[in-house]
Amino acid sequence: MIAHAIFFYVFSIIAIISAIMVTASKNTVHSVFFLILDFISISCLFIMIGAEFLGMIMLIVYVGAVAVLFLFVVMMLNVAQQKNQWFNSEESSGHIPIGLIISTIIFFELIIVVGGWKYKPELSELSTTQASNEISNTHSLGQVLYTDYIHVFQISGMILLIAMIGAIVLTFRQRAGVKTQSYLKQISRERSEGVEVLDVPSNKGVKIDD
Amino acid sequence: MTEIGLGHYLTLGAVIFSIGVIGIFLNRKNIIVILMSIELILLAVNINLVSFSIYLGDLTGQVFTLFILTVAAAEAAIGLAIIVVYYRNAGTIRVEEIDKLKG
Repeated sequence: MIAHAIFFYVFSIIAIISAIMVTASKNTVHSVFFLILDFISISCLFIMIGAEFLGMIMLIVYVGAVAVLFLFVVMMLNVAQQKNQWFNSEESSGHIPIGLIISTIIFFELIIVVGGWKYKPELSELSTTQASNEISNTHSLGQVLYTDYIHVFQISGMILLIAMIGAIVLTFRQRAGVKTQSYLKQISRERSEGVEVLDVPSNKGVKIDD
Repeated sequence: MTEIGLGHYLTLGAVIFSIGVIGIFLNRKNIIVILMSIELILLAVNINLVSFSIYLGDLTGQVFTLFILTVAAAEAAIGLAIIVVYYRNAGTIRVEEIDKLKG
């Protein structure tokens, strides 16, 4: 139990410090690196408390896909040299104190809710999807996900498909003046528009102008 | 202090959520950091859902964490696509210079 506490504090302190560095670091590339560190430590916490499948999925989806996508866009857009100007930019900095106040109010409200909250003792009997100790986390999650939540699962697949189509449509750019092969034009070509048989009189020749 | 309970995880989620909100409010740099702050907020929500799910012995929280993960990935893809298109048209993604809507 003491090892659990030590690991919890180590991972959560790393997560909080890297979350602060995501918002505070001067370089956007460093922000993405700290975001990756944050995701890794949170997924270590997930694996530690027994949600192994979600921890691994967090590693694959966030670190493997989303954070690399962020890195890719940051490198493509050339924003690394823009310096941080939190408090020394004159124009439109009036909302910074209000933002700080609102953020601290949100934090203390959440802390108050955590401190004063308790759930009803019969709540765990009400749930229909009990976690069992005999089978692994991944197994039990799959049993719930593909039976009770199959429609929500398919809707989330549709969301991913629509997001893919949307990203492609948004970033697709038709350049003018690019020569490409048109398969449809090539296939649908008829003999009559390509070849013409002429009756050539002798010693006259054929006029070629078009 | 050595007994890690549900409250510890919820406090960690609250801290990361507040850092994400602060990152959105205080950002003066570019929109990509705002998107990363949104990812932090979704991560804090995931921490809350997973810890409730583990400590209540109910798998529904983990299932919904999967769906939040899906939505977060879709949101990151669409948001970054919008940023790329905006950078192509306007030449900048600095927060202060994005004022086309005059808001």
